[in-house]
Amino acid sequence: MLKFLTPLLIFAVLAIFLAIGLNLNPREIPSPFIDKPAPPFTLQTLDDPARTLSTADLKGQVWLLNVWASWCVSCRAEHPVLNRLAEQKLAVIIGLNYKDEPEDAKNWLARLGNPYDVSVLDMEGLTGIDWGVYGVPETFVIDKQGVVRYKHTGPVTDKDIETTFLPLLNTLQAE
Amino acid sequence: MRIIFLAFFLLWGVEAIAAAVEVKNFDTPEQERVYNSLISELRCLVCQNQTIADSNADLAKDLRAQVYKMLQQGKSRQEVVDFMTQRYGDFVLYNPPMKAKTSLLWLAPLLFLVIGLLVAWTVVRKKRLATHSESTHDSAQSEEIRRLLEQGDDR
Repeated sequence: MLKFLTPLLIFAVLAIFLAIGLNLNPREIPSPFIDKPAPPFTLQTLDDPARTLSTADLKGQVWLLNVWASWCVSCRAEHPVLNRLAEQKLAVIIGLNYKDEPEDAKNWLARLGNPYDVSVLDMEGLTGIDWGVYGVPETFVIDKQGVVRYKHTGPVTDKDIETTFLPLLNTLQAE
Repeated sequence: MRIIFLAFFLLWGVEAIAAAVEVKNFDTPEQERVYNSLISELRCLVCQNQTIADSNADLAKDLRAQVYKMLQQGKSRQEVVDFMTQRYGDFVLYNPPMKAKTSLLWLAPLLFLVIGLLVAWTVVRKKRLATHSESTHDSAQSEEIRRLLEQGDDR
């Protein structure tokens, strides 16, 4: 009896571990910033390089930081989703234009629509490093106290908006 | 045609070498040593199974530049490691620290060794018991055979 049970048991354990492994997303690296103050930045805006926006200006508001670039293919897939989210006006959406050419970025927004209240320039990618950005697009949710509450890596889908972002934004707005 | 192929492959090699060589000047050999050991211990987060020394991804280049800049500013090795883990978490380290969360990672090899030894021990013991009982069985059987043969002689 044991002779048949042992291989079966080993197989079951292996199968369970492999199934867990298959369902994990290795691209999803937990952000060390969750529940920590957002890394501060003061950056030039895309529309007017003479003006700057800093994280301190956004205190008291619930805001999203969406890291994007005109060269980023997944950002294009994500773009209509962000446009729809922007229409709902649930939070301020700040775009971090990551390692992009301002001209390309402007053309991109003119052609595809602009979901961002403000886009800021990170041409060197240094702010990206400060925020632990490793794959564009990435989206952070920051609460009224300036604390990072959630991070999404990769393109945001309508399903993510519905299941995660909307409930989170509503609770943060009520806080 | 063959010439074109040859040229293609030769040039391909040149490009790969050009991409891999980055000229960096260091103040001291010690600093260069720290730089090289750091970049081969930090994970490239885009191409996760490479260090930032091995990877040509944009982010790896930026992180190498960041490490270089911090060392030039006189930052210590530990300060660079802290800078990276603050932003990217322990995952960025190929040599993660021993913590409650990573204890399984560190202790698993030992655990598997113990399991392996236990299995080997039980298998060996079982084998030994089996051969032992088999040999007693054999002598009992041959006894029986001898008895039967003797009976046959009597007849």
